[in-house]
Amino acid sequence: MSKLVMSEDETMLADAARGFLDGAAPVKALRDLRDAGQTHDPKLWAEMAQMGWTGVLVPESAGGSDMGHTAANILAQEMGKTLVASPFISTAVVAATALKQVSDKRAQGALAKIAKGELTYALAVDEGSKHDPDNTQMQATRDGNGFRLSGKKCFVVDGGLADRLLVLARTEDGLTLFDIPADRSGITRHPQNMIDDRDAARVDFENVAATGEDVLGQVDNAMDVLRPAMQAGQAALAAEMTGLAAGAFGMTTAYLKERKQFGVTIGSFQALQHRAAHLWCEIEVTASAIFNAGRMLDEDPDNATMAVSLAKARATATAQLAVQEGVQMHGGVGMTDAFDMGFFMKRARVGAEWLGDYGYHAEVVAKERGF
Amino acid sequence: MEPEQEPATFRAELREWLAVNCPAEMRDGGNTEESICWGGKHWEFSSPAQKDWLARAASKGYTVPTWPVEYGGAGLNRTQEKIFHDEMGRINARPPLQSFGIWMLGPALLHFGSHDQKLHYLPPIARGEVRWCQGYSEPGAGSDLASVQSKGEDKGDHWLVNGQKIWTSYADQADWIFALIRTDREAPKHKGISFLLIDMNDPGVETRPIKLISGVSPFCETFFTDVKVPKDQIVGDENRGWDVAKYLLTHEREMISGGAGGLAGGGRALGAVLSEMRGGLEDATLRADAMRAEVDALAIGLTLERYKDQAEAGTGAGDASAMLKYVGTELNKQRHELIMSAGGSDALAWDGPLGNRAGDWLRTKANSIEGGTSEVMLSIVSRRVLGLPG
Repeated sequence: MSKLVMSEDETMLADAARGFLDGAAPVKALRDLRDAGQTHDPKLWAEMAQMGWTGVLVPESAGGSDMGHTAANILAQEMGKTLVASPFISTAVVAATALKQVSDKRAQGALAKIAKGELTYALAVDEGSKHDPDNTQMQATRDGNGFRLSGKKCFVVDGGLADRLLVLARTEDGLTLFDIPADRSGITRHPQNMIDDRDAARVDFENVAATGEDVLGQVDNAMDVLRPAMQAGQAALAAEMTGLAAGAFGMTTAYLKERKQFGVTIGSFQALQHRAAHLWCEIEVTASAIFNAGRMLDEDPDNATMAVSLAKARATATAQLAVQEGVQMHGGVGMTDAFDMGFFMKRARVGAEWLGDYGYHAEVVAKERGF
Repeated sequence: MEPEQEPATFRAELREWLAVNCPAEMRDGGNTEESICWGGKHWEFSSPAQKDWLARAASKGYTVPTWPVEYGGAGLNRTQEKIFHDEMGRINARPPLQSFGIWMLGPALLHFGSHDQKLHYLPPIARGEVRWCQGYSEPGAGSDLASVQSKGEDKGDHWLVNGQKIWTSYADQADWIFALIRTDREAPKHKGISFLLIDMNDPGVETRPIKLISGVSPFCETFFTDVKVPKDQIVGDENRGWDVAKYLLTHEREMISGGAGGLAGGGRALGAVLSEMRGGLEDATLRADAMRAEVDALAIGLTLERYKDQAEAGTGAGDASAMLKYVGTELNKQRHELIMSAGGSDALAWDGPLGNRAGDWLRTKANSIEGGTSEVMLSIVSRRVLGLPG
């Protein structure tokens, strides 16, 4: 496997992403969106498409930049540092990876549109308060040559605005993944007022018609397509959360150096120094797991299960530590809405639950490690 | 030196060599204190297999695989080193030799020593013929290591050394000691220290074991009374020993953190160990704790790999060793807490049915003290990485 060191190209990508996002999408951009009652910035998405970000996993043959998972993770990590609100993970990572598993013309067309920034997706898998795809209850019953989908999905991230939905439903002998337009008759979307100010919806399906063409991959074999897609998404989300942790940490150390109490900067107090140093150590260790997950997805995807779950588990724990320490070390100001730390804390909580929480992924690791 | 082999060829030849040369008794991982081969003039091999394994490995340079061939190593590059550890792990081979010479003095000599010193001191370390111990701490210099008071008076062709060292691990079984000695009492504390090599057989060197809570005495007190140390037994320049000491400490910290139980991936999962001890891992608390420890262990193992890769690429973070030492030792203590918990009352007798688990558990409590306490590590990170006022 390639070394756990950033290549020159990867370093350049990270620097370029940082430079762009500091200008186009600082934390204030999320605040402004929220204050305007919005969850998405189409102009930002168009710019991401122009830079090849939305097509980061789309093959060049379909007009993508095809940079791979390590690159996608680098982008997600940089987005995490300033809490960039976009359907990047849902569309450019999860949907693109799912569509890539299928070689038909329709999938190629969808990939091309993703690369151009003309098509967004949301993943409709969860049905309860915890991620549990294997236990999916939603039914897709046979109806002539097609299916009828009925049931409810929740925590459909980016599902309020997405053009299309990837829907997991139970068929006769297993689970099947459907790729359908979000405005198809019988679909009702209920956008949720989320704590992280991002788009997520509950989606009701009432006797929604689907044809064989709407099936992504094979009937009764959703996981062939969905597992790699979810793993790619879990790794990118882990990268985003590690970026989030680094962002919260950066704000916190900067504050330790400027805030004065008892006539000195509070960063001179050993109690706070050790908390900050411990947090830095945790972020460093987690960054290794993120890096490894990207490399495994790029180079040995069939064996990436443990690497991905390790990354998501570590990133979840680290992001939660970072925001809790961030608020505590900022003191009262960290509790105010006027200050940005709260945005980090709320996104960390949402990221912790999306695509499997700490316990979900720690169980995967344990199983892979033989206990 | 031979031209560098292709990784696949190297792996194939190594695998074949190990199949022939690593005795079956040496394929149990060797994770316990008793299974370690320390070498040295006083060493008594625990079995003929242990003796053979050392001799065979040393003949190929495999006791110190990355050292240059001329100093007793195998001259492996980073890729080959990874393959070496892979293949050793694959057959669960014990390290043929472990020592402070390998972990600490060797790297310092390779960096600061003269060619003659390397030729003189390194090959006997690689062959396990000379065992070294470390003379750093003193009763008044623990975390504040640079305030060492043991002094060396300049007597022309030698220094006359007087003083006391403490926590000198295995000094009672060591042949030589590398020690921090104050050779300039007027200079600021970091600037008057020299790094001296002292023969434990010299007149005036005495050592006394310290009994620990684990019931054994891996640490000693060592006394120097008018010991004559020839002027060529110094590493680096006179009064610049602190540079050598710091460099060596980074290796010591990496060694201690790396010892945190097979972190590089080859080791068995803690959960699997606990499950075997209990005949299943039904206890919800123990299982949850084991999962957390496993997640952390794997991520720390990857961090060790990443830092080695970075060091090779010349992009390493400066004070990585402090971080690794902190996270690795805290994790190791946690692992042994869980092992004791899984053992229950079976782990409470010194010679209970599970072996001396208690001794291993108690030993780990020193991990976050020796080589710099966890708190010192955090202060180093805070000052040097975060730039907070020291």
